[in-house]
Amino acid sequence: MDFPGLAAQLLNGVQHGLLLFLISSGLTLIFGVMGVINLAHGSLFMLGAYLAFVVTGMGAPLWLALPAAMLGGALLGAVLERGLFRRFYTRDHLDQVLLTFALILLFEEARSLLLGNDFHSVPVPALLDFSIPVTEGFAYSAYRFAVLAVCILVAGLMFLGLERTRLGSAVRAAAEKPEMVQLLGLDARRIHLVVFALGTALAMLAGALAAPLLSVYPNMGDGFLIISFVVVVVGGVGSVAGAFWGALLIGLVDTLGKAYLPEVAGLSIYVLMAGVLLWRPAGLFARGA
Amino acid sequence: MIVAGRRGHLLMALAAVAIACLPLVASNYHLQLASTALVAAIFALSLQLLVGAGGMVSLGHAAFFGIGAYAVHLLPPGLSVLLTLPAAAGLAGAAALLVGAMALRTRGFFFLMTTLAFGQMLFFVFHDTPLGGGKDGVFVTRPALELLGFVIDVPRRDRPAMLLWLNLGLLVAVYALLAALMGTLFGHALRGIRANEDRMRALGYDTGRIKLVAFVLAGALAGIAGHAQAMADAFVNPEMLAWHHGAEALLMILLGGLGALHGPILGAFAFVGLGEASTLITERQRLVEGLVILAVVLALPRGLAGLGR
Amino acid sequence: MNALEAEGLTRRFGGLTAVADVSLSLALGELHAVIGPNGAGKSTLVNLLAGELRPSAGRIRLGAEDITAWPVFRRARAGIGRSFQRTNLLREATVFENARLAAQAAVFAPRRWLRAAARDAEPIERAGLALDRVGLAARAALPAGSLSHGEMRLLEIAMALATRPAVLLLDEPLAGLGPEEGERVAALLRGLARDHAVLLVEHDMDVVFAVADVLTVMVDGRVLERGPPSAIRASAAVRDAYLGHAA
Repeated sequence: MDFPGLAAQLLNGVQHGLLLFLISSGLTLIFGVMGVINLAHGSLFMLGAYLAFVVTGMGAPLWLALPAAMLGGALLGAVLERGLFRRFYTRDHLDQVLLTFALILLFEEARSLLLGNDFHSVPVPALLDFSIPVTEGFAYSAYRFAVLAVCILVAGLMFLGLERTRLGSAVRAAAEKPEMVQLLGLDARRIHLVVFALGTALAMLAGALAAPLLSVYPNMGDGFLIISFVVVVVGGVGSVAGAFWGALLIGLVDTLGKAYLPEVAGLSIYVLMAGVLLWRPAGLFARGA
Repeated sequence: MIVAGRRGHLLMALAAVAIACLPLVASNYHLQLASTALVAAIFALSLQLLVGAGGMVSLGHAAFFGIGAYAVHLLPPGLSVLLTLPAAAGLAGAAALLVGAMALRTRGFFFLMTTLAFGQMLFFVFHDTPLGGGKDGVFVTRPALELLGFVIDVPRRDRPAMLLWLNLGLLVAVYALLAALMGTLFGHALRGIRANEDRMRALGYDTGRIKLVAFVLAGALAGIAGHAQAMADAFVNPEMLAWHHGAEALLMILLGGLGALHGPILGAFAFVGLGEASTLITERQRLVEGLVILAVVLALPRGLAGLGR
Repeated sequence: MNALEAEGLTRRFGGLTAVADVSLSLALGELHAVIGPNGAGKSTLVNLLAGELRPSAGRIRLGAEDITAWPVFRRARAGIGRSFQRTNLLREATVFENARLAAQAAVFAPRRWLRAAARDAEPIERAGLALDRVGLAARAALPAGSLSHGEMRLLEIAMALATRPAVLLLDEPLAGLGPEEGERVAALLRGLARDHAVLLVEHDMDVVFAVADVLTVMVDGRVLERGPPSAIRASAAVRDAYLGHAA
C-alpha cells in the first residue's frame, strides 16, 4: 500500500462522502420534517447531472450549471411540494412509496425522450483540468479539490443556516419533533416548502458537481438513492449532523473498499449497515441512543 | 385485512375453473400471458402477507423472488420439481430470515430503507459475483415434472398449457394457505400488530418474533413465485431481484386494494392486462406505468376494489 | 407478599431526571394511587414498570423474579397488565374481537399459533368474562369505533383484564369522562382492587381519595409523601407542593 495511492483514495472517499451528504441531508430532512419517503430523490440527482451535461453541451462553462442546478432544483422542489407531495404527508407509507416510484419512472422517461439513453461524459472545466502536487510524488485533481471545497462551503452554510437563523431553528425543531411546529406556532406550510425546495436543490447540485467525475447515464440516480438510504440508516434519521458523519463514513468505506477489496466492495457498506442495525438500531449519531 | 366470505370464494373458484379451461380457447401467447399474471399474483400475494396483514411495507421483497428463481440455476440440472420447489422456498426463506432479523429491528421508514438496501445487496450478489452467472442473466434447465417416479414429458407446443395449470395450482394453494393462516391465532396477532404494535406488546405478544415468522414465510412464498418464473422462462437474470420489481408488486397490491387478501390477485391481473394493452399504444411501458401509478395514488387510494363503493 | 416491587427507580433523559430514586410496592388486594402535578414523572414511572422504558438505575421485582431487564411482552405474559392514556384499539373490529385478541395473548404459545381462532374456546370465554366485569357484555357485537368515549376506556380495561394479570397499571382511566361515566369506572376500580394489585395514576382527586388504599405523591420525579388518604390530606408538605396548585 503506497502512500500517494492511499492519500488519493482517502481524498476520494471524503469527496464521495461529501457528495453523499448533499443528497442524504435533503432526504433525511424531508423525512424528518414532513414524514415523507422520497424515492425520487436519486432521480433529482440524475436530473442535476444531466443539467450539467446540457449546459456544458451548449458551450457554457460548468460553473454556470451549479447555480442553475440550485435554482432549478429549488423551483422544481417547490412545484413538486405544492403540486403533489403536500397531499401525501398524512397518507401511509405505501402510497408515498408508489407516488415517488412513479416519479422515478416519469423522470427517467422524460430524460429518455429528451436526451436518449446513451452514456455521455461531461468535460472537466478547462480552468481546473490539471493536478495539484500535494507532496512530492503525489498530485490530486484540481477539479476534485474544487468539488471538495464547494461541498464543504455548502455544508458549512447549511449548518450555519440551521443553527443561526430563525427559520433554521424552526426546521431543526420540526425535524426532531414534528409536533413542535404547531406548538411553537410556526408556519408549517412555509417550512415544508423551504425544506423540500432545499432538499431538491442540494440533490441537483450534487448531480451537477458529480457529472464530470461519473459521466451521465440512465438510472444513475438509483445507486445514489440506495447508498443515501444506507447513510440515513447509519447516521440516524432526521439529523443533519448524523447525515454528515454517516455520509463521510459510508463514502470512505465504499471508496476504500472498491480500491483495496474489489471482490467484496459492493457489499462493504451493507455489512456496515447490518453492523449498525445490530449495535445501535437508531443510527450511530442518533440523539439519546 | 379481510378474507373473502363463502360467496367470494365461490367466485374465485369459478374464476380458477375458467382459467383452467383457457387452453381450450386461447393461443399459446395468451396462455403465457395468463401464466405471467398468475406468477405475479403469487408474488404480490406473498407481499400482501407483510403489507396488508402485518403493516410492513418492504421494498426488498423481489430479492426473495429472485433467489427462488436462481435456486433453479444453483441446483444441479434435471432434478424433480418436487425437490427444486421446496429448495427454492427454503433458500428464499433462509435469506428472508437473515434480512428480516436485521431489518425488523427498525420500523416504518427505517424498515423501508433497510429492506431496500439489503434487497439491493442481494441483487449485487447475483449481479457481480460468479455465483449468479453474470449480470446479463443465464439460461437454466427446467426442473423435471416428475411425480412419484413418473416423468411427465410435455411436448413443446403443450408446454404453455401445462405451465398455466401448474401456476394456477400454486396460486390456489398459496391463497388457501394464507386464507387459513389469517383465521389462526397467528393471523389475528399479525392483524393486531398492523393496527397497533405497541398495544400488542403490552398485551404480551412477542411482536418481533411474530413479524419475523411472517417475513420468512412471505420470503419463502416469494421464492415459490420466483421458481415458477424460472420454470416458465428457462432463464434467470439479476433484474428479478431488483427493487423496481418489488415496487411493481406493491403497485399490484394497491391496485387490487389493501383491505382484502385476494386484492393482489386482482391487482396482478389488472397490472399485466394494462401492460399488455399499453403495448398497442406505445412502446414506452415505463411512461404508462408511471402515469397509471400516479392516477391510482391520486384518484383511487383504495384501489380498483374501491371503485365499486 | 408484594406483587410488584420497585426499588430506587431512576430514569434520566439527557440532563433531565424524570424519575429519581422512587421505591414503591404493590400488594394484592390494594389500590395504590400515584398523584402529582403535571411533569412529576407519573407516566414515566408507569412506563418503567411496564417495561416501555429501561431505568437508568434501580430494580423491579415481580413476585420473587427480578424483571428489570425484561422486555414489555415478557412482563405482560408474567402478569403485568396495563391500560393506556390514549385508547388503543382495533376500531373496525367488534368489541368482542378486541377483547378476544387480548385474551389470545395469554395462550399464544408457538405450538398454538396455528390453532383456528374461531375454535379456541379458552380466549373466547376469557374475553366474555372480561367484558362482563366491566359491564360491556351488551355491547360485544358492536364495532369498537362506535363506542362512546367512556365505553372505550372500559374496553381498554377489559382488554387488560382479559390477559389475566396479577398487577394492573392504569394510566388515567378517567381522563375525559363525564361525572356519570367517571362514577362507573370508579366503582369498577374498587372492585378490581379486590383481586389485583392496582397502580392508579389519576388526576381526579375526588375519585383518587375515594378509592385508594395508599397514596404516593410525586413532585419533580421524587416521592414527596406516602400514606393512607387521610394522612395525605392532612400533610402540610403535600398541600404546599401540590394540592394548593390544583385547587
